[in-house]
Amino acid sequence: MAAINRDDVAHLAQLAHIEMSADELDRMAGELAVIVDSVKSVSEVAGADVPATSHPIPLTNVLREDVVGHVLTAEQALSGAPDAQGGRFRVPAILEED
Amino acid sequence: MTDATLSFDVAMEKFDPVLGFEVHVELNTATKMFSSAPNVFGDEPNTNVNEVDLGLPGVLPVVNKKAVESSIKIGLALNCKIAESCTFARKHYFYPDTPKNFQTSQYDDPIAYDGFLDVELSDGSTFRVEIERAHMEEDAGKLTHMGGATGRIQGADFSLVDYNRAGVPLVEIVTKPIEGAGSRAPELAKAYVAAVREIVKNLGVSDAKMERGNVRCDANVSLRPYGQEKFGTRSETKNVNSLRAVENAVRFEIQRHAAVLNSGNTIVQETRHWHEDTKSTTSGRPKSDADDYRYFPEPDLLPILATPAWVESLRAELPEPPATRRKRLQADWGYTDLEFRDVVNAGVMDEIEETVAAGATAAVARKWWMGEIARRAKLADVDPVALGVTPAVVVELDALIRSGAINDKLAREVLDGVLAGEGTPAEVVQTRGLAVVSDDGALQSAIDTALAAQPDVADKIRAGKIQAVGAIVGGVMKVTKGQADAGRVRELILKTLGVEA
Repeated sequence: MAAINRDDVAHLAQLAHIEMSADELDRMAGELAVIVDSVKSVSEVAGADVPATSHPIPLTNVLREDVVGHVLTAEQALSGAPDAQGGRFRVPAILEED
Repeated sequence: MTDATLSFDVAMEKFDPVLGFEVHVELNTATKMFSSAPNVFGDEPNTNVNEVDLGLPGVLPVVNKKAVESSIKIGLALNCKIAESCTFARKHYFYPDTPKNFQTSQYDDPIAYDGFLDVELSDGSTFRVEIERAHMEEDAGKLTHMGGATGRIQGADFSLVDYNRAGVPLVEIVTKPIEGAGSRAPELAKAYVAAVREIVKNLGVSDAKMERGNVRCDANVSLRPYGQEKFGTRSETKNVNSLRAVENAVRFEIQRHAAVLNSGNTIVQETRHWHEDTKSTTSGRPKSDADDYRYFPEPDLLPILATPAWVESLRAELPEPPATRRKRLQADWGYTDLEFRDVVNAGVMDEIEETVAAGATAAVARKWWMGEIARRAKLADVDPVALGVTPAVVVELDALIRSGAINDKLAREVLDGVLAGEGTPAEVVQTRGLAVVSDDGALQSAIDTALAAQPDVADKIRAGKIQAVGAIVGGVMKVTKGQADAGRVRELILKTLGVEA
């Protein structure tokens, strides 16, 4: 059975503020199900004795000293923004969150 | 629309409150949690950011070592265990304050866990609050909602975003459910947040200014019938950003929950917004399930290993704990238990310490902070520290009084001027012309006038009835509009009349 269904996709789309048509939901549910099922085979191979891996490189404590380094100007920071005003990014009002 | 409430006393008769707090502490590191951009408050928008803070494609975060050390110190000061190994996680949500569309946080392995904090209440008793965890994360950018009628998010046409705060290191401290506070719940709420603020300030890891959002509190409240073990449904009041507001918000939510439950309805699990103007909360959004954040391990960051040697070297750097410090300060200042408790409850202990350090006596510092400043704060309905009086102002006022330049009455007027933004006390004395009249010539003419106006009193004094001098002093003070040194006036009157005091 697929690990992801049409309702899951609709829920994720809503969380991500992505508008999806009924056709798109049907199609994506099918495509994502195939991808998730494929990835699932990894967990079938890894036994209980294999710890979850979040990073393939066996390093720890890669830390940076607390010293100010590279910083952008406001102009540079805003250079890729679709819209800006008064040195700030201008975005549509979004009401559902606080 | 304001929600119905039950009186606090009735609410307490019927229901047992359970509290929980999430306190976010902004660290005062020089740079951000995952980037080397500056962590500075109050600069021009979007001038303290780089590619990492903006979440541009292809960037890699690198953890700030000092932020980790500050987090470990907070954990130790809260009597927590420090995780030998911990990782970061992505907490996904789509909102323009987070350009990456996720907040880098910690999920199931926080750096500090299982601690406690003994909170002192105003009656001198101690209440132990259990700490669930303290984890590292990053702050979000700041949105300003524009257009619409109210300036609030409802009805806004668009928002403007400043990412200077995005990526500022945060430590989120989460309590276990706090049971058994009873009617002391609002007071405990305030005292807990005050204690956390005091600890992080004392550690030197945060500027700890609530008015700047360095310490922010989300307060969870639920009620249950007495004797019931199962918790009631909770509400989470977000961003309650002063100590008084924490106390008031918890009190309001208890009263609101009680009214809902008492009328046979059920509490909706949701976030609430605190409004300082109406001293009430309004409904925010329904609380989303933790699953909705789709946490997963941050692939760009490696685990943090806190070796025992590292943790112990940090423990050795911890300053004197606040409770110990309080005992020492009370002894140094010679305040009674009651005097000292009043100072602590008024939240002006640090201010008094700074005032004393700047040269005032402990008695003078207390006179100002617990007297005139506290009185004005009460009138303005704010915390004394929020009034804008600094220890330096108190020391300068005291110095002006001691030098004889002004008297107590004038000092209050000088304070008016300082609070009105007219400059330092000395500048206000100058511009408002408030200095005590110490020119004997000017005083002498006022004295001659007063004596001439009351010849019978002058005769009495000449006849040896020295206490009658008060009436003449009063006349002189009236003419000089209070700007005379009463002691000097008295001396001059007696000299004029040729009477030995």
